[in-house]
Amino acid sequence: MPSPFILDRSSVTQVMAWVLAALLPGVAAYVWLFGPAILVTLALATVTALAAEAAMLKARGYPAKPFLTDLSAIVTAWLLALSLPALAPWWLIVTGTLFAIVVAKHLYGGLGQNIFNPAMVGYAVLIVSFPVQMTQWSGPLALTETSLTLAQSATVIFGGDVPKATLDAVTMATPLDALRTGLLQQLTVDEIMTQPIFGQFGGTGFEWLAAAFLLGGLLLWALRIISWQVPLAFLAGIWLAAGFLHFFDAGRFGAPWFHLFAPSVMLGAFFIATDPVSGATTPRGKLIFGFGAGLLTIIIRTWGGYPDGVAFAILLMNLCVPLIDQYTQPRVYGTGGRGKEPPA
Amino acid sequence: MSRKLFKFKGGVHLSGHKAESNARPLHAAPLPGKLVIPLRQHIGNPAKPVIEVGERVLKGQMIGAADGYISAAVHASSSGIVTAIGPAAVPHISGLPDLCITIETDGRDEWIAHAPLDYQAMAAADLRMKLRDMGIAGLGGAVFPSAVKLDPGAAHSCPTLIINGGECEPWITCDDMLMRNRAGEILQGVAVMRHLLGSTEILVGIEDNKPEAIAAMQAAAQSLDFAIEVVAVPAIYPAGGAKQMIETLTGKQVPSGKLSTDIGIQVFNVGTAYALACAVHHGEPLISRLVTVTGHVLRPQNFEVLIGTPMHTLITLAGERDGSTGALMGGPMMGMPMPDLEVPVVKATNCILVKSAELFPPLPKALPCIRCTRCADACPAELQPQELFRFAKAGDFGRAQEYHLFDCIECGCCSYVCPSHIPLVDFYRYAKSEIWAREKEKRAADLARERHEFREFRLAREKKDKAEKLAAKAQAARAQAALDQAKHAKLPAAPAPELAAAPSDADAKKALIAAALARAQAKKAEVAPKNTDHLLPGTQREIEEIEARRAKIHELARQPLESEEKKP
Repeated sequence: MPSPFILDRSSVTQVMAWVLAALLPGVAAYVWLFGPAILVTLALATVTALAAEAAMLKARGYPAKPFLTDLSAIVTAWLLALSLPALAPWWLIVTGTLFAIVVAKHLYGGLGQNIFNPAMVGYAVLIVSFPVQMTQWSGPLALTETSLTLAQSATVIFGGDVPKATLDAVTMATPLDALRTGLLQQLTVDEIMTQPIFGQFGGTGFEWLAAAFLLGGLLLWALRIISWQVPLAFLAGIWLAAGFLHFFDAGRFGAPWFHLFAPSVMLGAFFIATDPVSGATTPRGKLIFGFGAGLLTIIIRTWGGYPDGVAFAILLMNLCVPLIDQYTQPRVYGTGGRGKEPPA
Repeated sequence: MSRKLFKFKGGVHLSGHKAESNARPLHAAPLPGKLVIPLRQHIGNPAKPVIEVGERVLKGQMIGAADGYISAAVHASSSGIVTAIGPAAVPHISGLPDLCITIETDGRDEWIAHAPLDYQAMAAADLRMKLRDMGIAGLGGAVFPSAVKLDPGAAHSCPTLIINGGECEPWITCDDMLMRNRAGEILQGVAVMRHLLGSTEILVGIEDNKPEAIAAMQAAAQSLDFAIEVVAVPAIYPAGGAKQMIETLTGKQVPSGKLSTDIGIQVFNVGTAYALACAVHHGEPLISRLVTVTGHVLRPQNFEVLIGTPMHTLITLAGERDGSTGALMGGPMMGMPMPDLEVPVVKATNCILVKSAELFPPLPKALPCIRCTRCADACPAELQPQELFRFAKAGDFGRAQEYHLFDCIECGCCSYVCPSHIPLVDFYRYAKSEIWAREKEKRAADLARERHEFREFRLAREKKDKAEKLAAKAQAARAQAALDQAKHAKLPAAPAPELAAAPSDADAKKALIAAALARAQAKKAEVAPKNTDHLLPGTQREIEEIEARRAKIHELARQPLESEEKKP
């Protein structure tokens, strides 16, 4: 056994556990603002992910324990669950999670080998295949007359008999959907923004969910689990692209704050684009990766076929990672370079 | 004395574990009954034995002479009888035995006559030769012959001399104890170095976790007749690495693939300076050094140890404990496990670290790389360890080299921080040795090809020479014949000249043809057994094996090319 003989106390499990912990403020805010339905979604996704992970490990002849306890499958499950409408039917959650774990993760070679972020692959499959079911968002409690209990939420998700009126009373279009629909109806942004779903910066309730994700993300950064480059570049990409468009035609393009304070952006910037496996590794590469993802998000939101573009933007940037990494290799010790040429 | 310090990139904070061994006073280890002194204790050619079995040697007597420029002598560490010259276990990662001289000590510890050197009066080259013959080599771990490093070469001087008292590896305190106890002697050695290198700026870098050593060195520096700056550097591993020490103190980086002397800087370990002072001022060759014995022992401490002392005697001295799981030579980051504890202390032995399951629990099983780049953040060589790992694992050594594999200093920071517990340094060592092996193979193949080409050329030249010689001979024969003919012509009533000349010309030609035929036949007979027509089954098999090996080599040689092509 060769050197070194000591190790830092870090582990993959620890990294993943911190990511889960950092998601908790977001989950708490979600429950607080939108009701407990998300808990059912999270639980279902977690169970599905662990079962799929165990089955795939067995099929591939890998030991189950070290890979199940690395918590990476649960992280994927949570990220997917938090991206889905809270009242999405159970089979949607299961399909998305299965696709994420079986195809996007294990068929690409398992932990560390997937070139695409598994949660985003699962999300993309669902939004392309089941666009209608992907709109089953529960509205912010501040705007709905009634709310669902945990048991009622579970009944909805598992396809039980719930009065349609109750369901209609709690589901609502997301702010991004509302913006998109409004623009299609030839309304100006200002006119659209008068709807109650729009809040201070983003959507009513949604902006606080975004803030909770931001809080968790800052925790990850403070712990050095993630680097600053990807989130900052991602948010900068969103801000600059949205700001540029808004500056030229405020009537047709949403304000940069509005775009920034969508929960998907904060979740994407701090938890998804920062996925090390499918992201760029060099410092400059991380900046390019993040900025590109931010830019593409706004482009897809503005001109694409879907109200939100974070998932597709990140998947597209995942594709570019090998190229980005290759052309952004940093200077190595003693090879001179910018301003540090040692006087020979 | 405040100097602007620079921060090298990367590094890790380690718990020092220095207090275990630096609290007890320095002791000399007792004379062992048997000394085993390896002839290869330094980088370069191993020393050549200059004594015979049965001979009595004195303490400090040269028993192995330096062999060439990059080499150093080895000496008897005590007086006694040479009982063996042959392979014995040595502290080396391979665990393979190496040539050693075994001395049965007689307990009298009788010295050779001491011959101090008047270094200021000596020619520099002579002084360096003397130091090589005194066995001085770098005691920081690399054991590079110091005489070579003390040659400023074409530049004639090396403006900056750095004395490295960093000692950044956890557990080790021998340099710390040396500086606390022998600061004056260290600086005497520094004076000799300064003399040889013509240095104008002398810096002593010591990690700030050794305040006593810093104070001792600063106090000793007061009484010098030249300026020297003792600098406390931040304790972050590997601050004591030569390149990192240079960057911390000067802000300069040693250009990749070059030596620090190329930027006018030379670095020596404090132990080397001390050994140099002993050699110059007391005429004592390098026969002892300070060794930290620590870890899972009752009384961790430092000993002054004769080179050749078996390691287990030191562990016994420090108080052996139950539950030991082996020992390392060096620290936990770069040290090497000892195959057995009979191996002797050598010039490179700075520490014997006894392991136990509590102090050094077995490393967890490695998981796949998740590309988190913590290794890249920790790498003091500013490499991308995760990429090097990927290439090394895939056997893509060409790409690994492109990504500066050979700038890796194997400090172990990447392995230390890896959350997947991948033994990264191992992969780099493997990749390096594979590349070296291939280079060697390629050189051998090149040599064989050159030989073959030269043989072809030689054969062609010989053939041409022969043809020319024969042509000349034929010419001479014809001239002779013409001469004879003329003679005959002068004689009256001679037979028809054409008739006489013609047969002689024809005879010469015939003889030539016959000779050529005979040669051709002889040649054919000579090469016939080597021909491929009638082979013995054994030979055939051998040829097939060779062909298979060559095919494999070709395949291996093709791999980097293919990966080149894959590049976008």
